[in-house]
Amino acid sequence: MVEIKHLSKRFGSVTALNDVSFTANPGEVLGLLGPNGAGKSTTMNIITGYLSSSSGNVTVEGVDVLSSPRQAKAKIGYLPEVPPLYPEMTVRKYLEFIFDLKKVRLPKADHIREVMMIVKIADVSERIIRNLSKGYRQRVGLAGALLGNPPVLILDEPTVGLDPKQIIEIRKLIKSLGKKHTIIFSSHVLSEVSAVCDRVVMINRGQVVADAPIDRLSEAVSGGGMLSLEIEGSPNAISKAISAVEGVKRVNHTVGRNYTVDYDPEVDVRRGIFRAMAKADCPILRMAPGGLSLEESFLKLTEGGEN
Amino acid sequence: MSAIIRRELASYFNGIIGYLVLAVYWFFSGMFFYVYCLYYNSASLSYVFMQMITIIIFLVPVMTMKSFSEEKRQKTDQALITAPVTLTEIVLGKFLAAFILYVICNAIFILYALFICFFTAPDWILLFTTMLGGLLMGAALIAIDLFISALTESQAVAAIFSIAAGMLIYMIDQLASLINIDLIKNILYRLSFIRNFYAFSNGIITLSGVVFFLSVTALFLFFCVRVFEKRRWS
Repeated sequence: MVEIKHLSKRFGSVTALNDVSFTANPGEVLGLLGPNGAGKSTTMNIITGYLSSSSGNVTVEGVDVLSSPRQAKAKIGYLPEVPPLYPEMTVRKYLEFIFDLKKVRLPKADHIREVMMIVKIADVSERIIRNLSKGYRQRVGLAGALLGNPPVLILDEPTVGLDPKQIIEIRKLIKSLGKKHTIIFSSHVLSEVSAVCDRVVMINRGQVVADAPIDRLSEAVSGGGMLSLEIEGSPNAISKAISAVEGVKRVNHTVGRNYTVDYDPEVDVRRGIFRAMAKADCPILRMAPGGLSLEESFLKLTEGGEN
Repeated sequence: MSAIIRRELASYFNGIIGYLVLAVYWFFSGMFFYVYCLYYNSASLSYVFMQMITIIIFLVPVMTMKSFSEEKRQKTDQALITAPVTLTEIVLGKFLAAFILYVICNAIFILYALFICFFTAPDWILLFTTMLGGLLMGAALIAIDLFISALTESQAVAAIFSIAAGMLIYMIDQLASLINIDLIKNILYRLSFIRNFYAFSNGIITLSGVVFFLSVTALFLFFCVRVFEKRRWS
């Protein structure tokens, strides 16, 4: 579990983070989403103790990062944006060094072998890191983060620069790791976030602009629920009938038989709409949760920040 | 800390730098040994040591230029700083690795002393004090050059400034002799590495010399830690 409270960071006169608060719960994959330069890496660097905060505090599994950095760091596995690899070392030697550096108290050879199996780098264990492809380097970095089985994993854009096959593999890996670890994972690729994360914290210009489970993000953005419907019948009658249903705020006739309905998220309006349509003898052909896609939410939020 | 020391030593000897430093140090010390001891029939290694100062000024920067600058450039410092170790441990680890390499360089003098045994009994106590002085002086120079390496991301810049710092330290006596103001002249003489080392090379362990070199070492290692602290907080 990682708790971030009122975190601010200024670099001289530039405010990189402004009162950022969120919590990553155990067994959760939290996506940190935002455009480039929004403050994702800065947030992660503060959580891991690489940078200090100007104000606010971060606790990792209940340990404050600023006051007890060693205990806190021991609970974190960190994969920075550029994996911190020594190019002249072999993969095995590098992992042995990280193992010793982290003072891990597990059987060394077995644990390293196990981690290499998890991230699928056992076949390059004796190769020199300089000669590895980007995908392998990323995985070696991830292996370094996994050493010692830390309860919290912080992964900064782990799929940047990988080919589609590798991206899918890394996503799968993160998803499976998410069952045992608390993961904070940053990205500016939206499809990735929706594929991997349970919850999304969106950051723009150093501020949290949304914090919601992935399937409720559009509600959080639009401030209410939305349904998308396809109904046969006279548009006027249909609009009138639906408007009368309790909880419905607005009905939009988009095109042909398609309608969208904005409603108060406190009320489930679907049964009411069904009954109203049945009464009006207008068959509902399709009813689905509608609203903004992740992309639309993202754009709406980040545009809002710029204005 | 031991993990850092071992990695640093491995990086010296997996690449060329460790062997290069040893080869150059041993070559020049061998040459000076031949000239001052074998050719001039002297049993004292102190002259050889004195001459080695000019070589050390160039070799220590080669040992330390990568230490921090390369970590910063390749962003591997993120692995060190986010690991559960303190900044002091990181800096000490780097320092001790360079110092161990320097000790290995100096160990050749024991071999030279054994050579002298063929002709006469070497002055073991003099050798001991001279080596002690040499090691203390080397430690101070390593600390200064590590600090310079911590300030930049470029190995070349680190090396050039370290050599410049070494030359300045070497020439401080000549500079001092040019200055007319007694106070400044005296301060410069006190800061002179050569003057502080001189007593050691005459078989005297002076408390002021030991304290001087150890303080310089501690001060610059402390500066190193501060450089990293500052980067975190700025």
